[in-house]
Amino acid sequence: MRPLTPSGSLSDVCGKAESVRNSNLNSLSDQIVADIYGNAELITKQVLSKKKTHQKGLDQRLDDLVTSKWFGYPLMLLMLVIVFWITMEGANFPSRLIASGLFTFQDQLTLWFQWAGTPAWIHGILVLGVYRTLAWVVSVMLPPMAIFFPMFTLLEDSGYLPRIAFNMDHIFKKAKACGKQSLTMCMGFGCNAVGVTSCRIIDSPRERLIAILTNSFVPCNGRFPTLIIVTSIFIGGTFVPYSGFVTAFVISGLILSGIAVTLLVSRVLSVTILKGEPSSLVLELPSYRRPQIGAVIYRSMIDRTIFVLRRAVLAAAPAGAVIWILANTYLGQQSIIVSLAQALNPIGQLIGLDGFILLAFILGLPANEIVLPILLMSYLSTGYLQDLGSLDGLRNVLVNNGWTWLTAINVMLFSLFHWPCATTLLTTYKETGSKKWMFLSFIIPTIIGISVCFILTQVVRSLGLV
Amino acid sequence: MKGAGKIDPLADLSPGSVCQIVSLELSGLLRRRILDMGIVPGTIIRCIRRGPSGDPTAYLVRETLIALRNEDATQILVKRLSNGEENV
Amino acid sequence: MILSAEKKKSRKDHIGLSEAKNQFSIALAGNPNVGKSTIFNALTGLHQHTGNWPGKTVDNAQGDFQYRQKSFIIIDLPGTYSLLAHTVEEQIARDFLCFANPDVTVVVLDATCLERNLNLALQVFEITPKVIVCLNLMDEAQKKDLVIDLPSLEHELGVPVIATSARQGEGLKELREKIYQVATGSLQTRPRQIVYSSDVEEAVRDLLPHVETIANNPLSPRWIALRLLDGDGSFLDSLSNYLSIDRDLSPGWEESKCAH
Repeated sequence: MRPLTPSGSLSDVCGKAESVRNSNLNSLSDQIVADIYGNAELITKQVLSKKKTHQKGLDQRLDDLVTSKWFGYPLMLLMLVIVFWITMEGANFPSRLIASGLFTFQDQLTLWFQWAGTPAWIHGILVLGVYRTLAWVVSVMLPPMAIFFPMFTLLEDSGYLPRIAFNMDHIFKKAKACGKQSLTMCMGFGCNAVGVTSCRIIDSPRERLIAILTNSFVPCNGRFPTLIIVTSIFIGGTFVPYSGFVTAFVISGLILSGIAVTLLVSRVLSVTILKGEPSSLVLELPSYRRPQIGAVIYRSMIDRTIFVLRRAVLAAAPAGAVIWILANTYLGQQSIIVSLAQALNPIGQLIGLDGFILLAFILGLPANEIVLPILLMSYLSTGYLQDLGSLDGLRNVLVNNGWTWLTAINVMLFSLFHWPCATTLLTTYKETGSKKWMFLSFIIPTIIGISVCFILTQVVRSLGLV
Repeated sequence: MKGAGKIDPLADLSPGSVCQIVSLELSGLLRRRILDMGIVPGTIIRCIRRGPSGDPTAYLVRETLIALRNEDATQILVKRLSNGEENV
Repeated sequence: MILSAEKKKSRKDHIGLSEAKNQFSIALAGNPNVGKSTIFNALTGLHQHTGNWPGKTVDNAQGDFQYRQKSFIIIDLPGTYSLLAHTVEEQIARDFLCFANPDVTVVVLDATCLERNLNLALQVFEITPKVIVCLNLMDEAQKKDLVIDLPSLEHELGVPVIATSARQGEGLKELREKIYQVATGSLQTRPRQIVYSSDVEEAVRDLLPHVETIANNPLSPRWIALRLLDGDGSFLDSLSNYLSIDRDLSPGWEESKCAH
């Protein structure tokens, strides 16, 4: 045996292999696969016997329904609505419970700080800033996620999710993307960071990037409260007897426009910076199985809920401190937060918002659920995150600060189309390994949000509707 | 049995019909993926159902249900063994 | 398997495996949707930690368990249909089997679609001899009126076959026992090797003398020849990477096989 340097010998061998491969007209690699499967077939024939059954299997009958022309799509919509409904209804009570528990503990913390004689500003940063923000994020985020993700995992375990991809694929095909993107979008409803991670199920790197870059166009659990509150105050509230129905209708409309933008942007990306191999789909539709409830809850808690919560807490804690400092440091007569809002006001007005709203979105970068509380905090200049008990109280605060129905619509649109939260951006960076894609996932929704709000505002104003 | 033994693209098969793979005219990654799923020349597969819009289509390959887009399935050539619709 | 400190470090960086001294390493391979994670969870309980494969965005779960005073570490490989490396997941699974040299590889198969699943098992057989086949989802197969002749399957494959229904916890005790037996060497396995069609075999014969000149090669020359005929570029990268890292650390193919 001749000792050669490995790289040298390898390339020699490769050259030889190349010539052998080229001299074979029948593709050898196809033959290799075919031979392996030939063996598998032979073995299976020897060992497997099937009792003949004539009735159609349960799988078949379920698929007849789930992928049928008439029921396929309505069933998917129904599932989505049920999952949302259970999430929102079910999260209400535990959210209130956690909030009241955590805020009661805050008073206790304050007492301890006073007893220890800590300076007021340390108490301010740690308790009114960090702790209060964390309490908000945990009480708003934890219950819906702890409900949404297990339900989603149940659907995953039962084998229903691949059928969604099967039903939706032709729509994504038109956008030159992959049908599995519909599943990553569904995950995005829970949390965009988890949605971005779930893009791993898409094989083609090109289609995976498209799915990652467009994931934030579906509103996550952190943005739903903003959408729901603003809709119920300004739109649902004006149709009193049907407010619940109108609110649901408007939110569904927003989700659909998010999906439309997802498809549009996917299509544009596929013909511009993400050109490449034509898209395809090879999708296994596994048998339906009865999900294991215990394992599902355990897995979705560990894998998704805790993961998301940990990242959100890591992002929200420093943000709480910064927001408190900005709101409580005075330059002359004004706190920094008010000065910043005034500086942003001209841009805000141009897109139908105001300086405070824009600032709230910017400061909400670490976690979307703190946008509304920050906004109220700066309107009322109380210096810490607010939760006003009733919708009427909220409505008064907003109207007194110059909100119209146009402001409300713009806030909802901007909430749907703006930069993803810091957690999602970090996840995008980790998944793509590149700052370029992270930047694009930041800038694309931002440009879309600003343009949409700008055009809408200018049109409405020039028509004199406001 | 009408049409049996003819060479056709897989995408032309209607649900219920059974065929045998003759050749794959695909290339690149998609070709490899389809081979890996056990769709190799000689494999017998059955067309099961179409998606709600008629695309993609699910095929039963070696006891597994696999969905392919029709535009990809037109590049897979098959020999018809039976036409499901007529037998049912 | 006792390794030198440097070898261990290079393994850890390269493949993401960090077993303790005197710990047997078990690789868990299988198609997606075969209940591989259920088996992984059932074997390890809560003794597991998850992360990513080094430099890759693919989940990597490892866990350990004790059985008969021996310690085992299990690595859950990404679920793949094949090892011919057309995706990152396949590349990771294949590189792990090739270069991390696990003491036992458990291939989990779905009993309801045996034929498709055997494809992966047969590919694993070509890389490593110490394999156990775990035929999972037996309960589902029964519901579908499928009857599998286990002794004859064991005979055809040349490795132990354990029937399990991991969700019900059935068959896991036997699986642990077989893992122990194969890891300690008290049970010998002789996995079925594929004889290819004549044009493939001829091409392999042409290529074999050239492959045998590669120094410090830890793998079977026949297997390398097959991958070369496959035109598998990613494998060549992995191999040359491995050779350059472990040039001075690993024994050559001949020696390591003689040692067994």
